[in-house]
Amino acid sequence: MKRWLAVYAVAFFAFLHLPLLTLSVFSFNSSRFTTWEHFSLDWYRAIFRDPQLIEATWNSVIVALVSTAISTVIGTLCAYGLWKRGSKLLTGSLYLSLVTPEIVTGVSLLALFQWSFRSMHWHLGLYTVVLAHVAFSISYVVIVISARLRTVSPSLEEAAMDLGANEWEAFFYVMLPALGPGIIAAALLVLTVSFDDFVITSMVAGVDSETLPMVIYAMARRGASPVINAISALVTVFFGILILISQQVREA
Amino acid sequence: MKLRFWFLLPSRIWMVALFAAPFAIVLAYSFLTRGTYGGVEKPWTIEAYQRLADPLYLTILLRSFLMALAATVLCLVFAFPAALFISRATRHKNLYLQLVMLPFWTSFLVRTYAWLFLLRDTGLINMTLQSLGIIHAPLQLLYNDGAVLLGLVYGYLPFMVLPIYATLERMDPSLIEAAADLGARPIATLFRVIVPLSRPGIVAGSVLVFIPCLGAYLTPDLLGGGRTVLVGNLVQNQFTNARDWPFGSAVSMLLMALVTLLVWGLLRRESEQLG
Repeated sequence: MKRWLAVYAVAFFAFLHLPLLTLSVFSFNSSRFTTWEHFSLDWYRAIFRDPQLIEATWNSVIVALVSTAISTVIGTLCAYGLWKRGSKLLTGSLYLSLVTPEIVTGVSLLALFQWSFRSMHWHLGLYTVVLAHVAFSISYVVIVISARLRTVSPSLEEAAMDLGANEWEAFFYVMLPALGPGIIAAALLVLTVSFDDFVITSMVAGVDSETLPMVIYAMARRGASPVINAISALVTVFFGILILISQQVREA
Repeated sequence: MKLRFWFLLPSRIWMVALFAAPFAIVLAYSFLTRGTYGGVEKPWTIEAYQRLADPLYLTILLRSFLMALAATVLCLVFAFPAALFISRATRHKNLYLQLVMLPFWTSFLVRTYAWLFLLRDTGLINMTLQSLGIIHAPLQLLYNDGAVLLGLVYGYLPFMVLPIYATLERMDPSLIEAAADLGARPIATLFRVIVPLSRPGIVAGSVLVFIPCLGAYLTPDLLGGGRTVLVGNLVQNQFTNARDWPFGSAVSMLLMALVTLLVWGLLRRESEQLG
């Protein structure tokens, strides 16, 4: 049985990873068709000549950085507060927001923005995307930090307070450093989720605030193209670097 | 304890303003009438919910349910041996786990697009089969239910492997030895000892796969090419092209209710069984 399992495992990992590998290989193909001609970087050059792609990437980076910063701060504070004393209502709504189908989150945020804009001269834009991303990211941060907090002994904080620290000082000088790796892991997770989100973003983004996944999606709807292969390879490498960083953090 | 109040305040505000409020608005919209130029109007009505009983929409709901169910079952069948392999591995266990986790860190959109690239008429699979002379005209691999199912299974497979692996890892190996000592063959041990004992992982994995599949929008849209309409596409369409917000809201509410009931029911049953 052991040998059959090993054979199966090879097939399983091939199924999981071959599609992206072949995609990346063909991003270096000079032909626009799926028959190998010779090595070329043309499709990568094409990315940098496309102003729409550059702008969308830029938008995605801004949205991911800003919403990661906000949701990591809010989520860390929230996880710490819940660790002190739980709140069924808040925990329940965080979990509920996690299991809500993305498309439902998307349309309900769209409905909210449209409704609140009726009386104001505001429009959908990058900031509505950030608001939405923070909304779905907080629960990820709370879950990651809470898991980390379960390994922290409450006596650590009590010791700090016995030694004369007030509540705030105990949090800032003792708990926060102890949570450091968890906070970074949460931030990296949220960064990738935010950078990748298409469904919610496409509902709440304005006409002038397209993100990279929206452009990739629009191109993919028109059919596969070597340029998307090249972008996909770059995005995969970018995410790969993030994993390496998060692994270093976890080991530290 | 004053600190806790201030620490929880931002997340409370955010959850009320950007989770509870949108939910309340969609709930209200689902009882309103479609406006002449899109949007919603009074009077209050339950017409949107009555339309859900239309056979056209019941079919879409049933199809979405069956698609999510099929994806969950296939994920279970493919994931279980892989989880078993990793839990039994004596070397490189961490490497195998990382290989399963890797897709979590890669773009879901890019991974879905990869299948578009492989399955299309001029994609790698069709081109290879044609150059080998096995087929003469491209097979229609894309834009059908099978492609959507494949995309869903591929997308959510890791969600099934990890919880099953976690329960297998915690399992007492002496139970398996005991089964063997008592004369059970490996297959009997697998189905009568290992699988029943990994139930919590199987349930957790099934919930994690079934829920996103039920509300899937991106996969049916890209790989189904608009031909495979699932409930997620129905919601999106009502809010954009069809401009029927009350009906889109009613479908959203139904989807939310199903997901909540499912999670609540399963978690309750599991926690009762665990003790």
